[in-house]
Amino acid sequence: MLASRWEPSVQMNRLRREMDRLFDHWGNGRPTSSRHTFPPLNLWANDEQLIVEAELPGFELEDLEITVTGGNRLRIAGERRPPEHQEGQWLQRERGFGKFQRSVDLPAYVDSNNVSAHLQHGVLTLTMPKREEARPRRIEVKVGD
Amino acid sequence: MNNELTTTEKNVEQLDASATPSESWHDDSIYSPRFDCWESAEEIVMYGDLPGVMPEDLDIKFEDGQLLIHGRVQARHSDYEFRFGEYGLGDYKRSFHVGEMIDVDSISAELKNGVAIIRLPKSEHAKPRKIEVKSA
Repeated sequence: MLASRWEPSVQMNRLRREMDRLFDHWGNGRPTSSRHTFPPLNLWANDEQLIVEAELPGFELEDLEITVTGGNRLRIAGERRPPEHQEGQWLQRERGFGKFQRSVDLPAYVDSNNVSAHLQHGVLTLTMPKREEARPRRIEVKVGD
Repeated sequence: MNNELTTTEKNVEQLDASATPSESWHDDSIYSPRFDCWESAEEIVMYGDLPGVMPEDLDIKFEDGQLLIHGRVQARHSDYEFRFGEYGLGDYKRSFHVGEMIDVDSISAELKNGVAIIRLPKSEHAKPRKIEVKSA
């Protein structure tokens, strides 16, 4: 038989935690707080762009609906379907399936017409150019008399 | 309608910069990936979520009755400034005990959209067979 065994050195996975939330919250209404939200997001930036990243294993880009409205409100929604099998049974189920949606306010206004989305190896990467007014600008300091 | 809109607004979060954990960088943390296992008469199929692992960075070994899974995760967007995050980046490791019913020489694996699919065919003697019942 097949049984799982925890490596002593292995930490609890944050995915496990996130997916527990997923099971709790997918398909049955709203998350109770921002800590109970799927998918978790990471954010990088430089002067010109924001990068928002989410781990979405098992998704195709067409399973996802990504919108930016009002220049800074990002919404990601989607559905993950379990694999189909003819005969047999699940011995172990740890992964979550179903529908999700999440809306966040970005820390800068972006050009929503030029947002690009890439989904590779189960990682969604959104690259969003900052609006001109959201980019840092150098203030020229004049020497007073 | 008004009410609806208010509810929606409440559902929008502010990304919280104070939530920045140092673990959000790629670090030495090891994460245990989640797995589902399906059993049929012919085989056991394991599905593991390993987002961010490229096929060349996934090692699957069978050793001393254990199936050892190690997915290496590369640092990402290192040319950008990391602002904040809600999940950490690190390698994945997990091991499973594999019993004698598995034909270990025929174990195969693929990686699709960040999901590892590992097939463990049952050995011939472990497969179910129909017992003919003869009338006496």
